[in-house]
Amino acid sequence: MLVIKNLTKQYGAKDVALKDVSVTIGPGEIVGLIGPSGAGKSTLIRCINRLVEPTAGHILLDDVDLASLSSGALRRQRRRIGMIFQEYALIERLTVMENVLSGQLGYVPFWRSYLRKFPADTVRNAFALLDRVGLLSHADKRADALSGGQRQRVGIARALAQEPDLLLVDEPTASLDPKTSRQIMRLITEISVERGLPAIINIHDVPLAKQFMRRIVGLRTGEVVFDGKPEDLDNDVLTTIYGTEDWTAMRESHEQDKTSEAEQAHAMQQIGVSAI
Amino acid sequence: MSPTSQAYPSAWKRPPQIFTDPLWRRVIFSGMVLYLLLAIGSVEVNWARVWEGLERGQQFVMGFLTPDFTSRWRDISIGLVESLTMTLTATVVGIIISVPIGIGAAKNMAPTWVYLICRAIISVSRSLQEIIIAIFFVKMFGFGPFAGFLTLSFATIGFLSKLLAEDIEDIDKSQVEAIRATGASWLQILVYGVSPQVMPRLVGLSLYRLDINFRESSVIGIVGAGGIGATLNTAIDRYEYDSAGAILLIIIAIVLVVEYSSSLIRRRLQ
Repeated sequence: MLVIKNLTKQYGAKDVALKDVSVTIGPGEIVGLIGPSGAGKSTLIRCINRLVEPTAGHILLDDVDLASLSSGALRRQRRRIGMIFQEYALIERLTVMENVLSGQLGYVPFWRSYLRKFPADTVRNAFALLDRVGLLSHADKRADALSGGQRQRVGIARALAQEPDLLLVDEPTASLDPKTSRQIMRLITEISVERGLPAIINIHDVPLAKQFMRRIVGLRTGEVVFDGKPEDLDNDVLTTIYGTEDWTAMRESHEQDKTSEAEQAHAMQQIGVSAI
Repeated sequence: MSPTSQAYPSAWKRPPQIFTDPLWRRVIFSGMVLYLLLAIGSVEVNWARVWEGLERGQQFVMGFLTPDFTSRWRDISIGLVESLTMTLTATVVGIIISVPIGIGAAKNMAPTWVYLICRAIISVSRSLQEIIIAIFFVKMFGFGPFAGFLTLSFATIGFLSKLLAEDIEDIDKSQVEAIRATGASWLQILVYGVSPQVMPRLVGLSLYRLDINFRESSVIGIVGAGGIGATLNTAIDRYEYDSAGAILLIIIAIVLVVEYSSSLIRRRLQ
């Protein structure tokens, strides 16, 4: 269980990224975090594992206050928090297997990680995770040889290799096409449910958030302006989160996508090709 | 409206960019021309000596065209082995010392005080030219390849550490962030997050430095730091231009081989 209490992050004197944010995430709960760019979604997620130092407030992960840990204790706590990144953030020149095993770095002594001599259980688990994300046959490939969707699957396997108690997911589909985006979102939510793993997922794509999330938190200029079910996320609320212009633009482009997809399907039918 | 209704100028001159004031422009330019004339006037040329020099140059070209590999072969081969040993050992030792200094001199990996110390070491190493360092080391440890070895190691540090540090500062931050997020230690971040990103370039730079060190080893020999340069210097002192020509040809051949093979390896690494 994760309790964020009065979290504030300030860059410099005037630039307030997070203002007094309080959110509680129950055991096994999956929360989608939406908001325009610059609203503080990334900052909020990064404050939890302290890739960004919070200015004030508390972050309690099962009663450990992450916000006040010294560097050694912080490293031990970071092992419990898996993170999945926007541009995958894989080590491009290392193999898929090394990338997955790097999730265990916090648990093994330096010489083991340097020589790639990970314990047998760890290696077995890494293979099992690669199998789970459907990349078992790609273990020896270099990460930069994979497609975007495959890379993000490696990113997921790496986060899970940490045996985490919490999953932080930062815009997992930002650089993927719509179909792959849905596959990745499905995989992340499925795995979270399988393992009873609580997760916070930043999504800029509102329809995608509505499709996959049971709870959504809306952030605007560093403040929580919505916290509820996707059904309650109506036009008024979305206008508060995104502002009139942006939300209208987003909705229109989404509807255009839909119409063009429909048109394409129609055209396909006419020339006798069934939709894929 | 017809185009002739307004009189547009038909001439255009690019406006002055640096010295916009016409008076100052004249003063500065005429001052520069005057200084140049005076400076040229102050160079004393002894035309008789120039004539003699041309004759010697001709002798040198003749010697170069008829290189003599055999009569001084023993000296040449000893010098060559010395130079190659010096180059290789100095490059290896230089790399071993450069890597930690390069990491320390990367702002994103080291605390400020380490950063400043490492940057200072690099500045000192880079500000002194190889020949000057060689003269110091020859005075300290006497003639011979040991002084050359120290010189080249020292010069390698400035070169490699600086370029490595800059490369580390340019790496993709998100990969480091991802490794940090797993709870990895500083050393593990270095091995997993940083080293894979800079390794190909580090190998390339090391090979390039090997190449530079060989060329430098023949130069610093002239001030007494051993190697083929010392042999070359002796040959010239003895007016044995045919042996000197042979040495130069050997140096050129080795530089070509080292350069070609190092660029071949570097290309395969990319």
